Amino acid sequence: MAKVEEDHTGVPLLEMRGIVKVFPGVRALDGVDLQVRAGEVHCLLGQNGAGKSTLIKVLAGAHTIDEGEVLWQGQPASLSSPVAALKQGIATIYQELDLVDWLSVGENIFLGHELSRGGFSQRATTRRRARELLVRLGHPEISPSREVGTLSAAGKQIVSMARALSRDARLIVMDEPSAVLDGEEVENLFTVVTDLAASGVAVVYISHRLEEIRRIGDRITVLKDGRTAATGLDARSTPTVQLIKLMTGRSIEYVFPPRSITPPPPQTPPLLSVDKLSRRGEFEDVTFDVRPGEIVGMAGLVGAGRSEIIETIFGARRSDSGSVQVRGTALRNGSVRAAVAAGVGLCPEERKSQGLILDQAVYQNISMATMGRFSAAGFIRDSAERSAAMKVAATVDVRPADPDRIVRTLSGGNQQKIVLARWLLRECRVLLLDEPTRGVDVGARSEIYLLIRNLADSGVAVVVVSSEVEEVLGLADRVLVVGAGRVLHDGPAADIDENQVLDLIMAGAAA
Amino acid sequence: MTEKSADGAQLDSGDVNLPARAVPAEIAPTVTGGGSPRRSVPPGLMRNLGLIIALAVLCVVGVITAGDRFASTDNLLTILRLASVIGVVSIGMTFVITAGGIDLSVGAVVGLASVWATTTGTQLLAQDVHWVIMVSTALLVGTAAGLLNGLMVAYGRIVPFIATLAMMAAARGLAEIIANRQTQIIRVREFLDVFTSDLLGIPVIVWIFALVAVAGWVLLNRTTFGRRTFAIGGNPEAARLAGIRVKRQTMLLYGLVGLSAGIAAVMIMARTTAGSSTHGTLYELDAIAAVVIGGTLLSGGRGTIVGTVFGVLIFTTLTNVFTLNNLSISAQAIAKGLIIVAAVLLQQRVAARARGG
Repeated sequence: MAKVEEDHTGVPLLEMRGIVKVFPGVRALDGVDLQVRAGEVHCLLGQNGAGKSTLIKVLAGAHTIDEGEVLWQGQPASLSSPVAALKQGIATIYQELDLVDWLSVGENIFLGHELSRGGFSQRATTRRRARELLVRLGHPEISPSREVGTLSAAGKQIVSMARALSRDARLIVMDEPSAVLDGEEVENLFTVVTDLAASGVAVVYISHRLEEIRRIGDRITVLKDGRTAATGLDARSTPTVQLIKLMTGRSIEYVFPPRSITPPPPQTPPLLSVDKLSRRGEFEDVTFDVRPGEIVGMAGLVGAGRSEIIETIFGARRSDSGSVQVRGTALRNGSVRAAVAAGVGLCPEERKSQGLILDQAVYQNISMATMGRFSAAGFIRDSAERSAAMKVAATVDVRPADPDRIVRTLSGGNQQKIVLARWLLRECRVLLLDEPTRGVDVGARSEIYLLIRNLADSGVAVVVVSSEVEEVLGLADRVLVVGAGRVLHDGPAADIDENQVLDLIMAGAAA
Repeated sequence: MTEKSADGAQLDSGDVNLPARAVPAEIAPTVTGGGSPRRSVPPGLMRNLGLIIALAVLCVVGVITAGDRFASTDNLLTILRLASVIGVVSIGMTFVITAGGIDLSVGAVVGLASVWATTTGTQLLAQDVHWVIMVSTALLVGTAAGLLNGLMVAYGRIVPFIATLAMMAAARGLAEIIANRQTQIIRVREFLDVFTSDLLGIPVIVWIFALVAVAGWVLLNRTTFGRRTFAIGGNPEAARLAGIRVKRQTMLLYGLVGLSAGIAAVMIMARTTAGSSTHGTLYELDAIAAVVIGGTLLSGGRGTIVGTVFGVLIFTTLTNVFTLNNLSISAQAIAKGLIIVAAVLLQQRVAARARGG
């Protein structure tokens, strides 16, 4: 444990010592130390389950601690409730933003501490002060009277930040703020975060993406198994290997599995062919083939139409023109059932809202697309279903290997494996993966990459959509670059590098 | 870190019925096959412990306050007979609520089906041919009304609350027109003979309730139909993307509630020896209350037939105890209200614990 010496710039804004939080049966936090200075961007790293969420909730006053002490500007402080935390000057921006969609931007910013006189809301003042905050955040284009529900994810995030500032927050906690943003929006976010830090606000920044932390972070604290594994690391100079080691307790030599040695011969007929697929306002003339054993990666910005293309191929959206063929047979337009029957499976982007039934058991989630196989005359043969589901779960290594576990309690990586297992059990021939590693920690990522590669090697045609160019290039055999609803490039992954992809994306975004 | 749950990975175990917790979270991908010994403790018993206790307490109160008038075979049969009609409706209601829906029209559909099955025309035909005509008329009317609800909800995309509210108003109105607001006395002897008789000392309508409850349990817990019901209630989008025909299933579910209302209509016709447009008034509220206190989540995704049966029994026993003690219907209503609130409060706690919150 690399503990930082007494801060040379004076008393730290926030200091936590030996924080312990016990839930029935588990010590979620088991001795966490954290020291945050005013005006710094302090990054919190850790795998899923390392205790980051619990720590955030402690900071937000949503959880009370069982042991340890919290010092605020050197004075013992109690974060006994969300209101108490806000009073101290700690504001938290959760990943699922807590905004009211039907209220205006201004109303959301001052939610809970509405500006009023004699019980009447001061609408003009609210708008004026809201505008000031938005200008301070560099987003004067957001109108305070606009309904929040009509804003993009990035816009909503700005509103959340404005709300934090409206409370005179001295420390802002951001839980994976970049996860829902595309490249340009992330740039804006970085500018805002840097400006905030420059104005003396401390930012606790949580992200899975190391390159982000390198760019905007000042110092890093690594959590592992509810303890502080290291704190006060320099965000720019600490080697990646060391960070990964600290997070996982092992070093990853290569993250991406090697490509198959024997690529399918060029004359192999495609398993999936998409021909001039169009959907008005979303994408146009999308044409590509995927052969058995091939992984096709789809790169592009959020909003370029990637998810829309994938979902249309799957029949979850209806195309306006064009066709999708599996093994030469056209799929019925707009029919998920037809796609599933033809052997197509989709792991959707929003795993929790689109992929899983969170309050059901692991085995039931796995067998969801295959129930018919385990039933006779409508009656489910429970034992056959369980053993088949768990056999697949073992192949993808869902941990713990407990069929009755409720899916909600599993980590992001294991939840992703369950969605994969569902289509594995169905013996899918075509697998569409939309952001398969979103919210999955570094260690589990490489497992999922390996799984995808093994699936391809077994003859499955795979399409992977990802916002991370590196992921597309490292994993795929062939790369499609999508911009503004069009396929801008289609070629072998070996023939293109990250900069070229980025150039294409930039050009596509400008078009 | 994407979810609140990851830290609280083991927190679900606050629930007593999770013997799975005792199994170490082994990393090794070795999986023991299907029938695991960990399921040897019936989880249902633990889950329904609160309901069993509530029912037991009510019985004790009944014995103390009403003595032998409560604790007699006759009174027990009275309770069961009372429970049967609303019980059948509640079983159907359990399905739609588990699937995340609601059906406010069940009471009105009971009335409509009872009226339709007892018109002079239907009765004459039944006398000429067979009493089954009356039964099948009631079942058909109920199912048709239910399917119409399903059509509105699944394909018309009208929220269930509104669609079934419309059906509730319309079905009651239609029943009044058909019956001309008259009570239609049943003159088909064979019908009454069959449905008011006893089998092994137990009234036929109680048998029907038992049968419907068992069939409902099997359907919900042992069939693909039931599993799809849970899936739709738990996450309709995930169900759709897994290839489940969500719309079709939704429509069938409303058809099923309609069928249960049809069965209930036959039972109430037998109990009152008449069809009436006022039959089934407020059944929707009693049924929803019974389902909710039984432990089915109003938000969908979790449902229990056993809980519903207990919910119905608790309400009917409560009514019975109050009646035996000459307490007013108004007092019963207050007690019912309190029980519903208490049950929902309890449910929320269980749900929060399951989420590790």
